[in-house]
Amino acid sequence: MDLLTELAILVLAAFVGFEVISKVPNTLHTPLMSGTNAIHGIVVLGGLLLIGPALGFLEDLLLVIAIAFGTINVVGGFLVTDRMLGMFKNKPAPADAGASVSEKPDPVVEGAAETKQLP
Amino acid sequence: MSREDLIQLLYIVAFSMFIVGLHMLRGPRTAVRGNQVAAVGMAVAVVATLLQPGVGDWVLIVVGVAIGTAIGIPSARSVKMTAMPQMVALFNGVGGGAVALISFVEFREAGGDLELEALIPILFAAIIGSISFWGSNIAFLKLQETLKKSIKVPREVNAGLLLIAVALAVVIAAGSDSQLLFVGILLAAGLLGVLAVVPIGGADMPVVISTLNAFTGLSAAAAGIALDNTALIVAGMLVGASGSILTKQMADAMNRSIGNVFFAGVGAGGPALAAGDTGGTVRSTSAADVAIQLSYARLVVVVPGYGMAVAQAQRAVADLAAELEKRGVEVLYAIHPVAGRMPGHMNVLLAEADVAYDKLKEMDDINGEFARTDVALVIGANDVTNPAARTVADSPIYGMPILDVDKSSSVIVLKRSMNSGFAGIDNPLFYDPKTSMLFGDAKASVSEVLGEVQQL
Repeated sequence: MDLLTELAILVLAAFVGFEVISKVPNTLHTPLMSGTNAIHGIVVLGGLLLIGPALGFLEDLLLVIAIAFGTINVVGGFLVTDRMLGMFKNKPAPADAGASVSEKPDPVVEGAAETKQLP
Repeated sequence: MSREDLIQLLYIVAFSMFIVGLHMLRGPRTAVRGNQVAAVGMAVAVVATLLQPGVGDWVLIVVGVAIGTAIGIPSARSVKMTAMPQMVALFNGVGGGAVALISFVEFREAGGDLELEALIPILFAAIIGSISFWGSNIAFLKLQETLKKSIKVPREVNAGLLLIAVALAVVIAAGSDSQLLFVGILLAAGLLGVLAVVPIGGADMPVVISTLNAFTGLSAAAAGIALDNTALIVAGMLVGASGSILTKQMADAMNRSIGNVFFAGVGAGGPALAAGDTGGTVRSTSAADVAIQLSYARLVVVVPGYGMAVAQAQRAVADLAAELEKRGVEVLYAIHPVAGRMPGHMNVLLAEADVAYDKLKEMDDINGEFARTDVALVIGANDVTNPAARTVADSPIYGMPILDVDKSSSVIVLKRSMNSGFAGIDNPLFYDPKTSMLFGDAKASVSEVLGEVQQL
């Protein structure tokens, strides 16, 4: 692909990134940071693409480390985000709370859905 | 359709899923799904890459992925919510490390054959990736409190290191294929990462982590250009852009520029007002008094800060709130954007303690409520409640948006001692006649108050 096409993609992606994140409530800043953190684990693709039989021992070693690093970033990142988000729940009023004030009918967020295993 | 087309198509699917996932992360109701969508997108991208003809050392790939999974899953599972900032720093660091390693191998392999349009992104990725790796590890050590010292580093040193890294990169771009030079770049950038983060302390950490997160994203995008890989370009740039926005929002919330966070080193002091300047006396109170005040209030607003996190008091706080609600007291939480060591840190901790998120109010929403608040319960927060930010023009935090705690009818501050907050500024709130202080460990104090409330 030629450089200019790639730069065009780069610039468009930057605008999408700005746009998508601009209105996130503070409540979700931590999960958001950890979620985007997991996404940049995509560098693992670089390791997958480069590693191959044509390389010397040192290169292979470095790339295995890179792949391991990238995998930690991806798997750990998504898992930790999932755990965090699973805690954001809008709970119904406790049944025994006699005089509980200001309870709204609440749309229940699905609980911590099962975590994803990545290949 | 050729296999190459299929791969490109899958990449498009993958990055669309990242964008949709990020979009869904904007609301608490869709966020869990959003994260899953992004994770599936990642799986698609990985599968697509493995379809690439010539991708082949399966044994090594499996070894790498297995090691990463074996480390990633248990640490993500077991990490405590209070330790979340460290974990994110660490995950971010390994991502940056991967970029640096990949760019080095690509350079070793192709050496002088690389065209400039691939070489420049590789050099960029190496510098930024290395900064991110070492910077994040230092951030981890600081958040873990293994590394407590904040050494002042003159900014000339950092500028010098950056200059060295860039100069070496220029030499390589001009035609040298010396690997030694490339290693030199990685080292200079790494040292810069270390020295840039070492002086930064406490409350500025969220900005640091977020910046490094954006850096890793940018370096991944650069690696994507070098490797002609659209998924890498888009995903990396998405993170780079969103990370930059987050960083800016956070810096704005502290009324500081990003440059100021990295170079001013407030952690090391700043023009602090001498303690006692505000004068006045502090009124200390007892758990029993606090319990009575709280039980007879109509609206109690809890203002949590880093002190709550340190004392692991979030559960005790949630229990106290539940007990008060049982008695008909309305309890809300006022969350300052930079309370804690990570943006939204308080929200995560309170969510862990099963506090419903609709009770967590952001600064703009809650500030209007303080006027009708009977008791504001400040737990381990300091600078974010300091009225000096509104009134004292020469205060280092002047202009920082704060929680208008002082507008409520009475204020109770739970605090370990009279030490000033991270910014080292005296807080006139503590000397306000309607403020009373309950000294002690936040968790112990809250539990004690809870005990007293139950006996009422």
